[in-house]
Amino acid sequence: MSDKKEVVLEVDNLRVDIPVSAGVLHPVRGISFDVSRGETLCIVGESGCGKSLTSLALMGLLPKKAHRKADRLNFLGQDILDFDERQMARLRGVKMAMIFQEPMTSLNPSYTIGNQLEEVYLRHMASNRLEARERAIFLLDRVGISSAGSRLGQYPHQLSGGLRQRVMIAMALMCGPDLIIADEPTTALDVTIQAQILHLLAELQSDFDMAMILITHDLGIVARVADKVQVMYAGRTVEEGNCESVFDNPRHPYTSGLLRCIPVPGKTQPGQKLGTVPGVVPNLVGEISGCMFRNRCEFANDECKQLSDTPTVLDDGHAYSCRLSTNEIDAVIGD
Amino acid sequence: MKQENALEAISVSCVFKINQGLFKGSKPLVAVNGVSLKIPKGKVVGLVGESGCGKSTLANILLGLQSPTSGEVLYSGKAASGFSNRHIARRIQPIFQDPYSSLNATKTVKSIISLPLRIHKIGEPITWDGKVREMLDLVGLPARVAESYPSQLSGGQRQRVAIARALIMRPEVVICDEPTSALDVSVQSQILNLLQDLRLELGLTYLMISHNLAVVEHMADRVAVMYLGRIVEEAESAVLFKEPKHPYTRALLSSVLTPDPRLGVPDTQLGTIFPNPIDPPAGCSFHPRCASRIDICSQKTPAPHLEKQHMAECHLFSK
Repeated sequence: MSDKKEVVLEVDNLRVDIPVSAGVLHPVRGISFDVSRGETLCIVGESGCGKSLTSLALMGLLPKKAHRKADRLNFLGQDILDFDERQMARLRGVKMAMIFQEPMTSLNPSYTIGNQLEEVYLRHMASNRLEARERAIFLLDRVGISSAGSRLGQYPHQLSGGLRQRVMIAMALMCGPDLIIADEPTTALDVTIQAQILHLLAELQSDFDMAMILITHDLGIVARVADKVQVMYAGRTVEEGNCESVFDNPRHPYTSGLLRCIPVPGKTQPGQKLGTVPGVVPNLVGEISGCMFRNRCEFANDECKQLSDTPTVLDDGHAYSCRLSTNEIDAVIGD
Repeated sequence: MKQENALEAISVSCVFKINQGLFKGSKPLVAVNGVSLKIPKGKVVGLVGESGCGKSTLANILLGLQSPTSGEVLYSGKAASGFSNRHIARRIQPIFQDPYSSLNATKTVKSIISLPLRIHKIGEPITWDGKVREMLDLVGLPARVAESYPSQLSGGQRQRVAIARALIMRPEVVICDEPTSALDVSVQSQILNLLQDLRLELGLTYLMISHNLAVVEHMADRVAVMYLGRIVEEAESAVLFKEPKHPYTRALLSSVLTPDPRLGVPDTQLGTIFPNPIDPPAGCSFHPRCASRIDICSQKTPAPHLEKQHMAECHLFSK
């Protein structure tokens, strides 16, 4: 605990701009975070909050029209903000790897999984097919796929969804990356398989001592796997901090609102009314001043129109962007 | 006291023929294997299980969209064979998972919601607009969306349109097939609240199909757990969630990730082998994945064991 782990990725004020006919769309409006080795950062938010674009921006996989800006983007002590496509290609898949949501669409149906696994290794590691094959078998075995050798000759459609996602994980690990970005890795899977895949990811992460960024909309997953949490809303971070602190003591009305939306066996009574967050996400074209959440917030008043961007920091790095003082929120939510 | 069943399946089976290749002939795939399920009037029955276990096939059979290979479906105690599809559709309506694909993108909301009225020729066409407005109000949509197209609405609004379309015929039973899994959490809670309100207001009966057990626990009075075409456990919701019997139900329950930062990811001990439904394991179909299997499990299919309205199909309880 005492020794400080190496910081793998440092992001400061990351923004994504996409020019559209109505102006400039800002899906990501300045978010900052860092992840260290062996640490899991969860980015959580609803659809359209910019969480997936954040991950694509980090990987340098944004669509051509989109522009990435940041004050700082350091990966393993290197400034990668101005890396061109060739330099990024040397990092992607080797030092940073990504696991996507839909294992059926992210695997190529016309190649065997052995072929696809080996390709990554051959492309980046200057090795021969035999070594690549050994590595593939080792990793398939490691992600819990039995009779790995014979699986290499199979095509993606011959595998179940859970096995496909295991293959995706093995593929991400082929070159021994320092950072894994998993974008909704279990959304398409059954609950039982979801638990297995998350269990596996957590185990591999500590075994290989990687940093992991996990992007999800499921607060249950976040609570179970995260070390640090970032709650995103409309392209900004509304609350961040270590997992226990955020879940035990949610400060931003959006975070606490989301937590009241989900039925929890044992906590919510069957049939009881669930909490809601009415309204919709604001239009993200152009600049928005003040608190982005104010049109859906039950505590909002005129002050929220000129909220400054400096978050309130509690002890332990737990920070939130809301003008309401802790006491004010407690007075309403407390009971 | 006799409970009236709005909908009842009596040992319903559904077998599909799966082609193995040009010269290999076909093999049977038993999607639903002798399932009996009662849906009492005014209650919510939850149906849970992994994908491929036959939940949706069972739903299609109950909706009359698929005829069972054997067995019978009773509507309010009368055999389904006596009813036409049109008649069944007036009593049972579905709400599907994905409101992005279940609404016709080229029609206005008004036209989508009033379609059942047009098909079944209910009332004078002049009253339809009023009925649509009434439904929009009931599901919490402003009257102006009547002229909108689905693409102009958010996911939650679309699901409300789908609910309005299902309810405009005033059906007795609504089969909700994963009604909230395509939606965001904040929208999910709104839709669940709406479904609860509508049930009390209109006296509806729901079959709630979901893989989200927290949602099923919240909504259902009675829960059936399905595995490879069989219902392996069935009990009152409160009992099932407190004292699950079948090892599969226990694994399912342990996979529910509640937002508790002090707990890690559970180890379900289910293994990675998923059984092939064309070639199901001998004996209990769950035994290759079961952590508490005993010798008999691979030899003999367990018989249903009923105790205090709590049915479980497992050798651990059938002695």
